[in-house]
Amino acid sequence: MMFKGVDFWPHDRTFQIMKMRKVFVIISAVAFLAAVAMLATKGLNFGIDFKGGSLFEIKSRSGPVDIAALRSKLNALGLGDVQIQGLDKPEEALIRIEEQKGGEAGAGIEKAQQIAATKVQKALGEGIEIRRTEVVGPAVSGELKEAGFIAVLFAILGILLYIWFRFEWQFGIASIIALVHDIIITLGVFSLLGLEFGLTEVAALLTLAGYSINDTVVVFDRIRENLRRYKKLPLIELMNKSINQTLSRTIITSLTTLIAVLAIWIFGTEVIQGFAFALIFGILIGTWSSIFVASPFLLWIGVKRDWSSESSSKKPVGASV
Amino acid sequence: METALKKLRSLISPIGNAILGSSGNDLQVTQPEPDVMLVSPTPQGFKRRVTDASGAAIETVRRRIDALGTKEPNIVRQGVNRILVQVPGFDDTAQLKKVIGKTAKMTFHDVHPQVSAEEARQTRVPFGYKIYESADGDKGAYLLREIPVVQGSDLVDARPGFDRRNGQPIVTFRFNNRGARLFGRFTAKNVGRPFAIVLDNKVLSAPVIQTPILGGSGQISGHFDVKEVNELAIQLRSGALPTPLTIVEERTVGPSLGADSVAAGEKAAVVAGLAVSLFMIAAYGLFGLFSLVAVIINLFLIMGVMTLIGSTLTLPGIAGLVLTVGMAVDANVLIYERIREEMRNGKRPISAIESGFTRAFGTIIDSNLTTLIAGLVMFWLGSGPVRGFAVTLSLGILATVFTAFTVTRLLVATWVARQKTSKIEAPL
Repeated sequence: MMFKGVDFWPHDRTFQIMKMRKVFVIISAVAFLAAVAMLATKGLNFGIDFKGGSLFEIKSRSGPVDIAALRSKLNALGLGDVQIQGLDKPEEALIRIEEQKGGEAGAGIEKAQQIAATKVQKALGEGIEIRRTEVVGPAVSGELKEAGFIAVLFAILGILLYIWFRFEWQFGIASIIALVHDIIITLGVFSLLGLEFGLTEVAALLTLAGYSINDTVVVFDRIRENLRRYKKLPLIELMNKSINQTLSRTIITSLTTLIAVLAIWIFGTEVIQGFAFALIFGILIGTWSSIFVASPFLLWIGVKRDWSSESSSKKPVGASV
Repeated sequence: METALKKLRSLISPIGNAILGSSGNDLQVTQPEPDVMLVSPTPQGFKRRVTDASGAAIETVRRRIDALGTKEPNIVRQGVNRILVQVPGFDDTAQLKKVIGKTAKMTFHDVHPQVSAEEARQTRVPFGYKIYESADGDKGAYLLREIPVVQGSDLVDARPGFDRRNGQPIVTFRFNNRGARLFGRFTAKNVGRPFAIVLDNKVLSAPVIQTPILGGSGQISGHFDVKEVNELAIQLRSGALPTPLTIVEERTVGPSLGADSVAAGEKAAVVAGLAVSLFMIAAYGLFGLFSLVAVIINLFLIMGVMTLIGSTLTLPGIAGLVLTVGMAVDANVLIYERIREEMRNGKRPISAIESGFTRAFGTIIDSNLTTLIAGLVMFWLGSGPVRGFAVTLSLGILATVFTAFTVTRLLVATWVARQKTSKIEAPL
């Protein structure tokens, strides 16, 4: 028994992406700058992983949570900034207490966090079920911040090295530009929407990095293959051809991955939703950058035309953007 | 001065031993000013103490957690002076924190025969004595000899029980031979006088010695409830912590959220799996079905390796699995799209299939390896939930590349071999 699949893609259409590259690059540049501006002014809403403090995910055993009453009860404890956020279900809420400053340096400050957490647990009483508790002291939050930052840096470096090794350095630079573009814009969206940014979101960012490069590499791989094949074809046309050839695969893979992440986002508990959102947005922007950003930059940086021999015309043929 | 320095220096012991060689001393004697001698730990000596203490602390913590009857706790050292304790399926976080947090150093002291704590506070504390506060708060303070008669380290057993006379919860204990001897001698000499039982530098009780206690056993009473005597017995049996422990990070997930998370993960996985399946079959027909078989084998591979290395499945880990499902089909998509392209360029189905696999190989390796780099960085620098995700993601990528070139290829090749005619139409 054999059944055929349906080829959705209009393979006879050639999208003139490279011809319109100025438009796309400008759009991307504007988005990038907007993101940088957002991050510089509003900044990221760091979770307790990076800020320290305590977090309680609660569920009321009797009907919806009275947030106002809860807030005044907790404020009376004198623990500094208390934030209460309602969740999707009315009986559920999220309580955040900022990092306690009191106590002597060293063990004292760490204990202060625990003491505050115990006070909150007592104040909540029997009518409230505490579904999840997280308490992070200053020592650990400092380390996590460092670790998160280093992780993203190392990942970018590792990827750059690999691409440099497998392709030429021009490909490496172009792909890193696309990657940084993706990461910064995703962070910008987080800043814009005020979404909480913690360790799991850093993990999403790293995954996004991997995925974005994944996409970009597929296009570059095709460009390299075509460079060997079509020695006479003008660079712009060659790149356009490469992008079009890989377009069907890029779209389909983005769709399947998007389906998977949407499932996580829809069905996941509060813990995982920030992560899923970062991935959804990341996939969209990763796909965009692979199609519309990476190649124009590669063109601009210039790429070696003659791949068959190590001969004379090694001068990279760059074109102005 | 010189002779004093020399004498002190001869007392310092080097770290290390004859077999492994020594790595410096643990103490140093310096002369910061002409007539001042300073004995201080060397950096290596300090580090060694901390390391030793951490090692002893981990063992004590492990014994205490085991005594609580938990399932498969994970207790590891992190860095020089941190211990990571992970106890899945255990609900009472408060009890856990109490049991492992308390130093539980128990000592038995002689009470000063004449001077009371009050008098000592007003005038002067006699040499060799120290004021200890009562654990109760309202019982005042005691003036006790600083060097204890017996220590908790000489305790060989401690059990929770009930006082025969008033039914109060108590802890009954037993000394080893040395402890029994010391205790017996002390009580024999001091009948009619009180002695103090001190826990973590607070006086629990100060009963009067009625008769000499030669059997080496006794009981500790105080204002305990049943839970507290259970915990104290555990702490005494496992030994005192060498240093106080401070909690620097705590993450607790309650049972209801845990159950919800598992349900959510399952739902997401099933829905994602079904949706991706439908899509692949719609787009690639029979070959789409082949890629699904590959993905399912993927998942089994990942779960298998995780069981082998004993990795814990966290919610981000499940997300990693779901993500793998989405990305795993990518390898197959690359191959199938290539096959389609080759056929569009005029190649016959069989050779199109062949070059599809061959040409896609390099691309699959390149693109998946970069995601793998991200996964490995995450694993190396992450902890807890991030690590769980990194594990499933990395394993997922490895499994994907593997199955794309074994399982998918095998299925396609088998299908080709089974075709009755030599004119094959690929179902793409």
